[in-house]
Amino acid sequence: MQLTLEFGGGLELLCDSEKIHKVNVDLPNGADDFTMKHLLSWVRTNLIKERPEMFMKGDTVRPGVLVLVNDCDWELSGQLDTTIEEKDVIVFISTLHGG
Amino acid sequence: MEAGEAKSKKPRGPRLCCICNQRRPVLKRPKTLQQICRECFYEVFEEEIHQVIVKNRLFKSGERVAIGASGGKDSTVLAYVLSELNRRHNYGLDLFLLSIDEGITGYRDDSLETVKRNEVQYGLPLQIVSYKDLYGWTMDEIVKMIGLKNNCTFCGVFRRQALDRGAALLKVDKLVTGHNADDIAETVLLNILRGDIARLSRCTSITTGEDGPIPRCKPFKYTYEKEIVMYAYFKKLDYFSTECIYSPNAYRGFAREFIKDLERLRPRAILDIIKSGEDFRIATTTKMPEQGTCERCGYISSQKWCKACVLLEGLNRGLPKMGIGRPRGNLNGDHKKVTKAGATAKSIESKQCGSLDF
Repeated sequence: MQLTLEFGGGLELLCDSEKIHKVNVDLPNGADDFTMKHLLSWVRTNLIKERPEMFMKGDTVRPGVLVLVNDCDWELSGQLDTTIEEKDVIVFISTLHGG
Repeated sequence: MEAGEAKSKKPRGPRLCCICNQRRPVLKRPKTLQQICRECFYEVFEEEIHQVIVKNRLFKSGERVAIGASGGKDSTVLAYVLSELNRRHNYGLDLFLLSIDEGITGYRDDSLETVKRNEVQYGLPLQIVSYKDLYGWTMDEIVKMIGLKNNCTFCGVFRRQALDRGAALLKVDKLVTGHNADDIAETVLLNILRGDIARLSRCTSITTGEDGPIPRCKPFKYTYEKEIVMYAYFKKLDYFSTECIYSPNAYRGFAREFIKDLERLRPRAILDIIKSGEDFRIATTTKMPEQGTCERCGYISSQKWCKACVLLEGLNRGLPKMGIGRPRGNLNGDHKKVTKAGATAKSIESKQCGSLDF
C-alpha cells in the first residue's frame, strides 16, 4: 500500500529533515485493516531516526502532535482506529516548537 | 487546498459540519468539541479573535501597533489574522512587524528569513533590533562565556527590553504578542509552582504594562494552540518551526507536557486554568515588588538597577553569575523596596524562558 507521509512543525528533524516521505507499507499478518495504530508503529521503526519520545508517547502520538488523514483531523475519524487506505496522505505536525 | 476535497472519497469521519450542515468537517474544536468544516473554522477562528479585541478594547482607531514577530507559528498567524481583521473591520491600525535578533546562528538567522518573507507577503513594514546593537553581545557570544546553564535568563531579560526599545524606535502605541491559551495556562501553573505571586496576578491579564512605556496585549489569550497550528496548516502560512538550539528549559517543558496531557483528557482544562488564574485574589499581606526605574538605564525596575543592567555588568566584568538566582544580584544588595499587594505590582523582570515572558 502506497502512502504519503508528511512531517511538520519540527518533526521532520526526527526523520532526516525530510518533510515528505512516499512509503510502501504492508498489512501486518492477521490484520484485516491497516490502521493508524499500525502506521505509527511502522513510522517509529522505519522513519524516526532520533528522539522517538518527541513523536510518540505510549502507543500513540505525543500530546501536542496533530494528525491529519487526507487533510482531516484524526480526532474525527477514530484516532488510532482510523483505517488507512491506498494513496492516503497522513500529516503529522508538532505544536510544541516556539511561537 | 482542494486536494483534501478531491481525496474525500471515503467519508471516514462524521458526516456534516455542525455549523453549516453542508460540508464535511475537518476539525474537532478543542474549545467546544464541535466538528466543523474548513470554511466555518476560518470564520469562527477569526470572529472569536475579533470579539476578544472588541470586548477588551485592545485597540483604538489610528493607533500604531507592533506585532512581536519571531517567524514561529503564533506570531505568523497573528500577523496574518490581525492584518485581515484590520482591513475587514476597519480598525484603522498601522501595523508593523518587530523582530528581535538574539544572534543565534542556525536558529534566529533562519527564522528572521521567514519574517522577511512575511514582511512581503502581508505588506507590513519590518523592524529588526539586535542584541549585538543594544547590548554589545550576541547570544552566541554569551553562551560561549557562560555555557548552557542560565542562558535562557539572559535571553529572556534582554528580549523583554529589546521589544520595548524596538517598539520605541517604531513609535508604536502598543505591542501585541502571539501568546496563546496554552502558553498562558502553562504560565499560570509555572507561577504557582514557583510561588511567584506578582507574576501570577498579572500573567492572565490580556493587556499589561499600561503604566509602562508601551502596553502589551495578547489577542490569542483564548485561542488554542491546536487551532492556530491547524489554521496555519490549512492556510499554508509560511512559518518557522525549529527549537532554539540553546533551549533546554526543563521546568517549563514539564509544565507544557502536563498541560498537553490534560488537554487530551479534557480540552477545556486549558480555559479553566486561565479562568482560575484570572479569579485568584492575592492576599493583601503578600509582599509585592514596587516599580521604579533603573538608575543606570532608566528602564522600569523594582530594584536599583534593572535586571538587564545587572546581567550586562556581570558579562562585561567577566562575572556572568551576577544577577542569576534568587538573591537578586549583588549590585542591588539590600536595596529592596517592598509594599503591600495591589499598589504598583508591575515589576518588569522577565521569565526564565525566552519566548514566553509575561
